[in-house]
Amino acid sequence: MKITRKEVEHVARLARLELTEEEKELFTGQLDGILAYVDKLNELNTDGIVPTSHAVPMENAFRDDLVLPSIGIENALANAPDRSENFFRVPKVIE
Amino acid sequence: MKYQVVIGLEVHVQLLTNTKIFCGCSTRFGSEPNSQTCPVCLGLPGALPVLNKKVVEFAIRAGLATNCSITPRSTFARKNYFYPDLPKGYQISQFDLPICVGGRLDIEVDGETKPIGITRIHMEEDAGKLVHLDTMEAGEKSYVDLNRACTPLLEVVSEPDMRSADEAVAYLKKLHQIVTYLGICDGNMEEGSFRCDANVSLMPVGSDTFGTRAELKNINSFRFVKQAIEYEIERQADILDEGGKVVQETRLFDPASGATRSMRGKEEAHDYRYFPDPDLVPIVVDAEWIEAVRKALPELPDAKRTRYQDELGLPEYDAEVLAASRDIADYFDACVALYPQAKPVSNWVMGELLRALKEDNREIADCPVTPGLLTEMLKLVENGTISGKIAKTVFDEMYKTGKDPAKIVEEKGLVQVSDSGAIEKIIDEILAADPDKVADYRGGKEKLFGFFVGQIMKASKGKANPALVNEILLAKLKG
Amino acid sequence: MELHELTLHELHELLKKREVSSVEATKALLARIDAVEDRVKSFITVTPEEALKNAEAADQRIASGEMDMLTGIPVALKDIFLTKGILTTCASRILSNFIPPYDATATARLKERGMVLLGKLNQDEFAMGSSSETSWFGKTRNPWNLDCIPGGSSGGSAAAIAARQATATLGTDTGGSIRQPASHCGCVGLKPTYGRVSRYGVIAFASSLDQVGPITRDVTDSAIMLGAVAGYDPRDSTSVNIPVPDYRKALTGEVKGLRIGLPREYFIEGLDPEVKKAMDESIATFRSLGAEFVEMSLPHTDYAIAVYYLIATAEASSNLARYDGVRFGHRNQDARGLLDMYMVSRDEGFGAEVKRRIMLGTYALSSGYYDAYYLKAQKARTLIMQDFVTAFESVDVILTPVTPTPAFRIGEKANDPLQMYLSDIFTIPVNLAGTCGISVPAGISSGGLPIGLQLIGKHFGEETILRAAHAFEQATEWHKRKALI
Repeated sequence: MKITRKEVEHVARLARLELTEEEKELFTGQLDGILAYVDKLNELNTDGIVPTSHAVPMENAFRDDLVLPSIGIENALANAPDRSENFFRVPKVIE
Repeated sequence: MKYQVVIGLEVHVQLLTNTKIFCGCSTRFGSEPNSQTCPVCLGLPGALPVLNKKVVEFAIRAGLATNCSITPRSTFARKNYFYPDLPKGYQISQFDLPICVGGRLDIEVDGETKPIGITRIHMEEDAGKLVHLDTMEAGEKSYVDLNRACTPLLEVVSEPDMRSADEAVAYLKKLHQIVTYLGICDGNMEEGSFRCDANVSLMPVGSDTFGTRAELKNINSFRFVKQAIEYEIERQADILDEGGKVVQETRLFDPASGATRSMRGKEEAHDYRYFPDPDLVPIVVDAEWIEAVRKALPELPDAKRTRYQDELGLPEYDAEVLAASRDIADYFDACVALYPQAKPVSNWVMGELLRALKEDNREIADCPVTPGLLTEMLKLVENGTISGKIAKTVFDEMYKTGKDPAKIVEEKGLVQVSDSGAIEKIIDEILAADPDKVADYRGGKEKLFGFFVGQIMKASKGKANPALVNEILLAKLKG
Repeated sequence: MELHELTLHELHELLKKREVSSVEATKALLARIDAVEDRVKSFITVTPEEALKNAEAADQRIASGEMDMLTGIPVALKDIFLTKGILTTCASRILSNFIPPYDATATARLKERGMVLLGKLNQDEFAMGSSSETSWFGKTRNPWNLDCIPGGSSGGSAAAIAARQATATLGTDTGGSIRQPASHCGCVGLKPTYGRVSRYGVIAFASSLDQVGPITRDVTDSAIMLGAVAGYDPRDSTSVNIPVPDYRKALTGEVKGLRIGLPREYFIEGLDPEVKKAMDESIATFRSLGAEFVEMSLPHTDYAIAVYYLIATAEASSNLARYDGVRFGHRNQDARGLLDMYMVSRDEGFGAEVKRRIMLGTYALSSGYYDAYYLKAQKARTLIMQDFVTAFESVDVILTPVTPTPAFRIGEKANDPLQMYLSDIFTIPVNLAGTCGISVPAGISSGGLPIGLQLIGKHFGEETILRAAHAFEQATEWHKRKALI
């Protein structure tokens, strides 16, 4: 086994996904198969190989420190599932 | 105490840029909630970050001022976690390749200089603000304002080199001084522009193995840093004394009680899943760029202090006070440039000027007495137009009105009397009015000289030239 | 000929000569959408009012003589492109009510040129899939055979072209999502070099792999559409600041002496015999045009799928964290407490394939597994990139099939994600290497399904692959075949 059901539950929690029992079962099997497949990468010797983040070489993309207009409170909040006055509203965060 | 405390600080420095780190929204403080937002800082689908070049420049400034090496090729990473004030579900920060590494700050505690290592300085975005408005309505809700989201921060991480709360405060003050000097941070701790987390652990004296640390959060003044650390030292010592174990955790400092309390509720096993942010490209800083930033660095407090003592001949105390803040030092430097006599300038700045500002609760930048006015006044003293005593009157008037000192002197008739005939006349009148005291003086009570000077100055309304008064009075008394 | 049957460049000529108006053309396409949409289901949203308004404006612009190639052309966009004020869902329940306050750069560029927006096209949810079966809004069907998938993830974009519901469309390609559906639907699909077209306002799947490109009726249209959307965008840090050539000028019909590589890893057992035959015939066509063939190797091809499914899912797991029900999108309003709100909203909002990939990506980045999975994949990606760099030292273009088989039947692979992933073997390496690739019609199977040919170019080698594809198109009739719907 590459991945256990317990690990699937842990990962689901990290990813904030409330999986059903069936989904947990299904994903454990499917992820296990996929992980077994990707294990073929271990055939490759990658010692000293520089990892690639961008396939096209690129560096130093900057913008100048100039203020641009904001989109406005109404546009910002237009898609909010819940709002109050000019705030997004969410269930209480307990600190 | 049988324990040695070990302290490392993580300081978040909010940068004084016009715009956010990855978008063009304003960073102005105190605006209407969610008014300073755009697709990027709201984390809308499809939006992409573009790095504000000024942030990199400010980071290099901070790195050079703290003796760091600048990483030739640094990258941004995503720190993944869910929180309502974090729009994208990840914070863009730096992880394995921060912009600055391996620096040092020298602090002074009890007259001893001690180097404190700086592990790294990295750039990152701030989160938004969660507001808990119980008044707004009943019900268990929190409110999200994203104006602050995406505001540029530097995180300055020290080595665990500090061994007392005082050292931690000294380090923090030094860092505060430097970032405000550099003009990259307003240093406002109340508004959160300069925030500190402290990692505190204890180990037995003589040991070299660090104990388990607690991370103290929410410490927003120098005083609280000291309080929080001292509280934490006691708390951990109590645990260890009883044979217990310190738990590695995050603790919130509560300024009201002066205590720290566990935030275990929020702790949930963190796994931030850092990985290089594919939306951003590496930042390559070459020697040329570093040199350009270095050349534009202002003179830093240590260098200023040394220069004030060695080149301007000021006493250590004066140098310390004047160099303590960039604004005061700039004011002083501007004065000396106009009137190159450091000590009288220093006396006036440290004396009347700072006193007046303090009474008024005003910043030196808003002082009505500009360096131009102050030095004009000092020139009037030097050329004998007014006396040092009258100068205080002139200063107060300048502070009130911002008027030119020469004009004040003219309007109020404050010109010093240097006519020896006129002074002689006053002296004669004073001596004639009190023949007993004249006799006493001549009989050996030389202390009475000051009394006569006082009488004469009073009679002249302070305008008599003190040097001439001394000279003539002495001659007359010798009679 | 009916107006909906015209290619972009044909319609442009008629508009230019004022023989038809944009309003007429737009009405014709809207009528065509009405006629076939219930069978094909290419669209998530049709915007007839917007379209007619755009068309009227375009006609005025044409009358004033300020005409662009795109002015008055009825276009539809994959629902991954943000369109200001128009529902944009990415085929997900979690965005089923999202009205964007801004346009993607690609959208904006087409608008500036005067396109007529017909609507938003179906796709796999968050572009995760190869069959357009994962959309919350239902499955798109292949116009050539309604029981078959149109390919994915830009299935709606390809099906709409094949069914003549739009004159041109845009898609996105992360692992083959333009080229594969284009191949399955008998269209031309171009994935430009990474950085050639801005990703700003395009809903991210895997940021280091996603790229915008056109799906069109022929190669000329592809060149026109690429030219319209390509170019530096200061709002995308990964957009590359090099000039955009006039791609139409590259279409010379000349391929004499062109060195075409045939990577042996792409001509393997398991390749459908009809696909193999189409490749052989294509090679013969190119040879007759004077191109030269070189046998070559891309030795790390076999690792591409493993690399892709680690990198793409890792990036996706992070890119999709913003769908948290706080600022936009679906929220379960009954959730008790914050954690519950996150977990339930996301569980309800995402479909199974998206959840599966978020799970895989989260796992690949998680503590203790990062080095073994994500970092290892990034290093292997370097090897795959180097394969291409080495190859392009000796060849100008690489010719491969687009897919191992023609379109499969709806539901055939729905329960076997790994089998679905493996079908992308010929397109994925191009995304990993960041190079460009184009899919052009090159055959019809005995079952009546189109077969595509892929031409891969080096970084910013779009002109070369467009030239080769165009020459091939001129020499063949495949692009003139159409779906009988």
